[in-house]
Amino acid sequence: MSKRELLDLLLENARYSTADLARMTDLDEEEVVATVEALESEGVIKGYQAVVDWNKVAEERVRASVELNVTLDRETSYGDIAERLAKFPQVTTLRLVSGDYDFEMEVEGESMQEVSKFISDKVAPVPEITQTVTHYVMDTYKDRGLQMSDGDDDDRLSVSP
Amino acid sequence: MKVSDRVEAVPPSGIRKFFELAEEMDDVISLGVGEPDFSAPWAAREAAIASLERGRTSYTANRGRKDLREEIAAHVAERYGLEYDPDDEIIVTTGVSEGVDVALRALIDPGDVVAVPQPSYVSYEPGITFAGGEPLPVPTSDDEFKLTVEALERAGAADADALLYCYPNNPTGAIMTEDDLRPVAAFAQEHDLTVFADEIYSELTYGHEHTSIATLPGMRERTVVFNGFSKAFAMTGLRLGYALAPPEAVAGMNRIHQYSMLSAPTTAQYAAIEALRNCEEEVAEMIGQYDRRRQFVLSRFEEMGIDCFEAEGAFYVFPEAPGGDDEAFAEALLEEHGVAVVPGSVFGEDGEGHLRVSYATGLDDLREAMDRIETFVE
Repeated sequence: MSKRELLDLLLENARYSTADLARMTDLDEEEVVATVEALESEGVIKGYQAVVDWNKVAEERVRASVELNVTLDRETSYGDIAERLAKFPQVTTLRLVSGDYDFEMEVEGESMQEVSKFISDKVAPVPEITQTVTHYVMDTYKDRGLQMSDGDDDDRLSVSP
Repeated sequence: MKVSDRVEAVPPSGIRKFFELAEEMDDVISLGVGEPDFSAPWAAREAAIASLERGRTSYTANRGRKDLREEIAAHVAERYGLEYDPDDEIIVTTGVSEGVDVALRALIDPGDVVAVPQPSYVSYEPGITFAGGEPLPVPTSDDEFKLTVEALERAGAADADALLYCYPNNPTGAIMTEDDLRPVAAFAQEHDLTVFADEIYSELTYGHEHTSIATLPGMRERTVVFNGFSKAFAMTGLRLGYALAPPEAVAGMNRIHQYSMLSAPTTAQYAAIEALRNCEEEVAEMIGQYDRRRQFVLSRFEEMGIDCFEAEGAFYVFPEAPGGDDEAFAEALLEEHGVAVVPGSVFGEDGEGHLRVSYATGLDDLREAMDRIETFVE
């Protein structure tokens, strides 16, 4: 139970301090440290990353969502293909999905050219991959639960009964 | 133009002064806010928008839309075991504020004495006075702000005609469990008191399920229960509440309501229907957030050595003001460190020496505010 509670808090903000995590739960600081360590060593928590609004960074960043269709044979499973694709650092997310295509892959690069080249040189030639459809991301409004807009100011009366 | 003696008899709220002070300053973090920092669940807002798009801008039935009353009946039955007939035992009001006002005017005769636990929300005593009644303060600070029979007896409430309270409580965050309520219910029956139970914070309890006094034996026929959408559903500005009471009381309230208000805001009624049908998850998420912040704030006060009982409801804690003078402390904290809290004495004499600290504020601001308070008390 305390694991789940800590997980929720870290999902909300992975930078909460140990002291604050302890204050917000029934745990003391040592228990927080031990529980988080357990979550990490069990592989439940894979890592911690910042959510960045790239529009605010003076640097080009291209993201694309790529639909992949594959054919399987007796020797090759979805897992095998995924393993191969996931090794590329350009691939940020890779999921097997239901519907019209098999894999949903997110790719990041510094330019459209770089991403296109990666798809055509590295992804399309994989023998099991029969089709790729690349969607370049034009704008991002929400990422991992966080909205990119600054949101409205708090317009409540500063003191109210 | 001369205002009436009735109005002259009621002083303006003491909260106004702090509001004006805080408004003049920049970089104030306010822990003085009596409403959620969340917005209403999106589905509820969208239902309101859709109702406007369809041109639903007419009056509704005086008592509110029937489908809303039916949803309310189903909701309170499921959540609290309160069984009320949507046809003649439920009235939808413009916030609980209007509900309390019309209930007092409908059920209180001139000179009737209405016992009110102190400290409490600022509008009850004026409401009683406007209705021609006489408020009787019942101090609760000796019992961690719970209402006890001893306190009622000491205050002379045995001779009162009615009891009006709010639990979970604004400003203290105290709650009344079923065990706490039972003797109060017995007292009300023994002394034939009408009970006005403002349960607007009923969804916001932490570690205990809310019990409504109207569910205790013999209480339904003498109780008016008030609830609404402002707190749990974060819909304060939409102004929507409701009252549950026996048919004759609702009819009496409706008599005043139909002449003074006609009907509660229509757009808000559409939002409320959706809120009851489909927003349970968002409400649960907000409650989870409040509870974390509550624990955070209580821990911080404990670490600072500031006495604070463990408030288990609403979104307030009510610590003792270091130094004892709540007004002086709140003023200095605001002026020197830019943190607004509300002095407890605003909520009645028995709130003196305490501060109402609202945690209806995001954790980052809350942390910064607590840091500033810590600096100040050191």
